[in-house]
Amino acid sequence: MTEDKSPDQRALEESPENAPASLDPEVRAVGVRRGMFGTRGTGDTSGYGGLVQPVVYPGLARRPLEGWHEEVAAALDAALATAGAPDAVEGVVVHRGELTFHVRRDGLPAVARALRDDPSLRFELLSGVSGVHHPDDAGRELHVVHHLLSMTWNRRVRLEVAVPDADPHLPSVVATYPTADWHERETYDMFGVVFDGHPSLTRILMPDDWPGHPQRKDYPLGGIPVEYKGGSVPPPDQRRSYS
Amino acid sequence: MTTDHDIYASSTETTEGRVFTVSGQDWDQIAEGLAEDDSERVVVNMGPQHPSTHGVLRLILELEGETVTEARCGIGYLHTGIEKNMEFRSWVQGVTFCTRMDYLSPFFNEATYCLGIERLLDIEDQVPEKANVMRVLLMELNRISSHLVAIATGGMEIGALTVMTIGFRERELVLDLFELITGLRMNHAFIRPGGVAQDLPPGALDEIRAFIALMRKRLPEYEALCNANPIFKARLVDVGHLDLEGCVALGLTGPVLRSTGYPWDLRKTQPYCGYETYDFDVQTWDTADSYGRFRIRLAEMWESLKIVEQAAERLAGLEGAPVMVADKKIAWPSQLAIGSDGMGNSLDHIRHIMGESMEALIHHFKLVTEGFRVPAGQAYVPVEGPRGELGAHVVSDGGTRPYRVHFRDPSFTNLQATSVMSEGGMVADVIVAIASIDPVMGGVDR
Repeated sequence: MTEDKSPDQRALEESPENAPASLDPEVRAVGVRRGMFGTRGTGDTSGYGGLVQPVVYPGLARRPLEGWHEEVAAALDAALATAGAPDAVEGVVVHRGELTFHVRRDGLPAVARALRDDPSLRFELLSGVSGVHHPDDAGRELHVVHHLLSMTWNRRVRLEVAVPDADPHLPSVVATYPTADWHERETYDMFGVVFDGHPSLTRILMPDDWPGHPQRKDYPLGGIPVEYKGGSVPPPDQRRSYS
Repeated sequence: MTTDHDIYASSTETTEGRVFTVSGQDWDQIAEGLAEDDSERVVVNMGPQHPSTHGVLRLILELEGETVTEARCGIGYLHTGIEKNMEFRSWVQGVTFCTRMDYLSPFFNEATYCLGIERLLDIEDQVPEKANVMRVLLMELNRISSHLVAIATGGMEIGALTVMTIGFRERELVLDLFELITGLRMNHAFIRPGGVAQDLPPGALDEIRAFIALMRKRLPEYEALCNANPIFKARLVDVGHLDLEGCVALGLTGPVLRSTGYPWDLRKTQPYCGYETYDFDVQTWDTADSYGRFRIRLAEMWESLKIVEQAAERLAGLEGAPVMVADKKIAWPSQLAIGSDGMGNSLDHIRHIMGESMEALIHHFKLVTEGFRVPAGQAYVPVEGPRGELGAHVVSDGGTRPYRVHFRDPSFTNLQATSVMSEGGMVADVIVAIASIDPVMGGVDR
């Protein structure tokens, strides 16, 4: 007890996993959740209707990371410095043992190339590309996620690139990972993210003349009521929700 | 038959060249029509239809004579918006959707989705042993049935109808086992977050053992019929060649990758559900062609049979063990039972919640209507499906429903290799190359 630390700080050092997310200045709330049971107005008699909770994703990890995560992060830093894009990575998240690099969109080609070619990284295989839409995350509405696999080292990392809805452009990685071709087309089809440099960015699952991008959160599910024995059940997106 | 204006094609569809409507007339007539044009180049639109039972796939082939110069796939005909739908249902209900994606590997779809949820819930270590053994048992039986369809339809596509009939004959036996264990032949929704839906029914182990014994007699029939069959080999050997570099660049996994001699199998390299405790070998072949993929599938069925046997042995010692996590905030509350009027909620459970315990009633009500909450974050836990790496990217915002689920389906990724495998080959080999990829369009389009 010689150290001059507050009880809060000591508790935090002993069990950092209990740290509230707000302690980290880098944490971003991507939205808010109101009430507890999803109902609005007079339907909510629970008394929790005024509750407002931020939706917070796991915060950025502090370097150094543990185990092979640090090896990968350090090797990537070195490779990016050589490639002339030292600030391509915005931050690193480690959650449930999975390593995520948040990458600036301009730096994505350099990061992909470094991850594939550096002998201590060797992420040869791109598992897939997909998107996540966070309409309330101002300026970073559309997230594009790449999953990479290193067969040499038997490791996986995830790259996450956030782009604003107003300018949904990011560089394509088809030149580095040819398998991204259809995956990027699907992400464009479903989210409207434009991959610059893709050889032929067209819709892949929806018809060519389809309006809108179905996986965006503002796109309705488009269900119709189900009638059964005189009663009718509203479509799932119009039912009471519990999220 | 050759006109300047095709009555079926509106003016916007064809902007250049002459349109030939090929609808079953003599080839001579088509050839005559072609002769008017100087070039041998023909663009053939194959489909959209079932080239077999793989699903609805459209191929756009550019031919010089009988040689394919360009092959492209048109997909999306089976797109059902499953990923979108899952965002509007609870985490548990999502299983019912994803099981329908790749309808030949339902248990793998369910498993990767549930493993992702379990990682986010941080209950990976709490899933009971029996649930893991049952998952492995069902997945390996599923691998056998899926490979049987791959071989059967692959045979049918090259005219080997006997391979088709015996393939489906054996698959039916696997489906009978599924029906016995899960209640359904397909679309089981049996693997649930935290475990599996039901315990093994009485008598199931005997049926599984009888199945193993029968398969040991039946599998050699395929080997005797195909392995050295000159016609079969003439159609498959050196067709659909794709080497290791090509596979890795195009993201191909599964039997196609292993046919290049690279023993990459997630069950060995990144084990899940306790695969590291089973004794089996990764099957490879070194020819990187359709024949090699056929032999790998055949050999993998033997390996799966070995795993099924070990799993059945373990299940015999796990009678009465739990099949769902103990956490009552996650575990689905009710168990099903067979009554006089069919399958429904178990009467013991109804008695418990209606007559004995108000807490149990509240838990039942909350879990069934609202569902459980999953901490915010994202997870990706792939499994080795029959066609390769199958993974669900599961994103939660802390709510009771998936915020986003994306399935990395191996069929979708592997189908990209169609052009590389077929271009420069004969038009008849396109079908063989695609059959060796074994795409299931339900998984491709989701």
